[in-house]
Amino acid sequence: MTRKLSYAEALLEATHQEMAHDPSVVVLGMGVDDFRGIYGTTKGLAETFGPERCFDTPLSEDAMTGVAIGAALGGMRPIHVHIRMDFVLLCMNQLLNIAAKARYMYGASVSVPIVVRSVIGRSWGQGAQHSQGLHSLFMHVPGLKVVAPSTPYDAKGCLVQAIRDNNPVMFVEHRMLHFQRGTVPEHLYALPFGHARVLSPGTDVTIVGISYMAVESLRAQSLLAEVGISAEVIDPVSLLPLDVDTIAASVAKTGRLLIVDTAWTSCGATAEIVTAVFERLGGRSVPFRRLGYAAAPCPTTKNLENLYYPTPATIAQAAHSLVRGDKQPWQPRSVEAPEVVEFKGPF
Amino acid sequence: MNQTEVFYRQVLRIRRVEEEVARVYPTDKIKSPVHLSIGQEGVSVGICAALRKTDVVCPTYRGHALYLAKGGDLNAMIAELYGKVTGCTRGKGGSMHLIDVAAGVLGASAIVGTTIPLAVGYAYAQRVKKTDTVVASFFGDGAVDEGAFHESMNFAALHKLPVLFVCENNFYSIHSPQLARQPHANLCDRASSYGVKSEQLDGCDVPELYARAQAAVESVRAGDGPRFLECMTYRFREHVGPNEDFHAGYRSREEAEPWFARDPLRLLGQRLDPIVRTRIEAEVELEIADAFAFAESSPFPPSEELLADVYLEAQ
Ligand SMILES: Cc1ncc(C[n+]2csc(CCOP(=O)(O)OP(=O)(O)O)c2C)c(N)n1
Ligand SMILES: [Mg+2]
Repeated sequence: MTRKLSYAEALLEATHQEMAHDPSVVVLGMGVDDFRGIYGTTKGLAETFGPERCFDTPLSEDAMTGVAIGAALGGMRPIHVHIRMDFVLLCMNQLLNIAAKARYMYGASVSVPIVVRSVIGRSWGQGAQHSQGLHSLFMHVPGLKVVAPSTPYDAKGCLVQAIRDNNPVMFVEHRMLHFQRGTVPEHLYALPFGHARVLSPGTDVTIVGISYMAVESLRAQSLLAEVGISAEVIDPVSLLPLDVDTIAASVAKTGRLLIVDTAWTSCGATAEIVTAVFERLGGRSVPFRRLGYAAAPCPTTKNLENLYYPTPATIAQAAHSLVRGDKQPWQPRSVEAPEVVEFKGPF
Repeated sequence: MNQTEVFYRQVLRIRRVEEEVARVYPTDKIKSPVHLSIGQEGVSVGICAALRKTDVVCPTYRGHALYLAKGGDLNAMIAELYGKVTGCTRGKGGSMHLIDVAAGVLGASAIVGTTIPLAVGYAYAQRVKKTDTVVASFFGDGAVDEGAFHESMNFAALHKLPVLFVCENNFYSIHSPQLARQPHANLCDRASSYGVKSEQLDGCDVPELYARAQAAVESVRAGDGPRFLECMTYRFREHVGPNEDFHAGYRSREEAEPWFARDPLRLLGQRLDPIVRTRIEAEVELEIADAFAFAESSPFPPSEELLADVYLEAQ
């Protein structure tokens, strides 16, 4: 029997099982113990494991990050949860100046096993300060690990690995992913970082979709199939460490690369992946494109918000132009993501 | 118009605007999270009455009441909620980022606590420019948890800057009660420890709030340094969204009853002749109907707006 869970349920199960398995695992963050339980991902943990191991925090992101790091130094494995990635900006000093460096800077005397979970928001006019994908900021910094799985199966396995990892791990979620359903084994399993997942094989073009853009890229793949283009869709899953081998092997096969991020492209994960792949190919470059947020803060009004994000149609179009060139313009039918169209909260 | 009439008119206007927002919300014409101030309007109205038009307020995402009380344009607010180009941020900011610079409403932020130091910096600029402008920073009890609050308070006190800190204590940050986040509930004690004169006020009693705010604003304007006002109030609706949420379990209707009984709108209304009330109500309804009609008939921003105004380039 293949049991299906939502991405949110997979995260809850991973946390629950790890907390049962390891008494040093604790969960903290604003709203982790309320009736909503961070979209259900922490629901019931406080009741099961008590308020010492799952607790609400004051609105003090900076200090609470330091508290989480201190607790890690003191023997705990804290999971600090932020309902929006935008709020992690208040934690940067502790994350970058302490968590990322402690192991090295203190000559291997200590380690900081913390997990920072944060959710990229989207839709319903949440706007400039509630929709940012900031994972590339963390990919810049040695000492941090960054993972952004797109499937419920990988969500569970990566969160377990993040908890067990002896280093600070930025666990990147996307609000639209929480609704995705997929097969998730009941048993506890960890997925080692640094392994990309080929979500669907193809031969003409490699599409790397980061986080939620993996889902949108699969939709684009169907559109491309309608005009006879075979796209291979890869979810990098782990951004730092990055599995360059898998992506480069795919690019060597297809000869074309499209990378789609739920973030801006400038100095972003897309830039890093293109460079790393070309370096791996011995400096050989192939036709490539990058897609991400428009180069602006996210607007709230719907018609501009619609233009702000890559969509299955714009992804398919970019892949099409890589394969067939710009001389054959093609307007794919528009495919609306149900989770985006239907989303009206909870925020 | 006597003062009670003025206050009644203002509180009613804000209340009815937000009730209309709540009524329209299920039609999905407002595609933006809304944090309603229903129940808390008295604080904005009482404090803003003590401010001059040239004074400045810094709101939060729960900013409809403050925006309107300070004189922010109603048409531009409703159009903004509708995502229209005639909105106060041209459809780019939505309900959480209201602004009306001409009316002295600095932009609201969706990141808790971020506008508190902005108010302090704006006040510092007034000091340098030798204006007598007072800056009022509005924020919730949750924002007091943030380091930015304490650091701002300290700096404003250090330099005796013309800031009025106004905490709207509605006892909750989303679903977290104040005592789950703060071991000591009296925020005035904390503000006082920075050497800032502090008062706890009843956010439902608008005339009294106005009188006390007037004294505080005068002292701030005179250069005696910042003041802190903790205004006790209660949010009637859910944290975000148009509905009540007493079924959710984190607070009870019983807890809310005394606040319903002391609803600032009701307290003011009781002091007015029903004929006067009816006249005011009719005027307010007309203005609101006009604002929603304006929003309905306004266009959405054109596609070019997506990449416009990321920077201000030299002309
Ligand atoms: C820095 C930051 N942390 C967390 C949040 C999530 N959040 C949004 S509103 C809110 C509650 C703030 O409570 P309070 O300051 O009392 O204002 P109220 O909503 O009660 O008016 C929280 C925690 C946020 N927006 N910004
Ligand atoms: Mg509050």
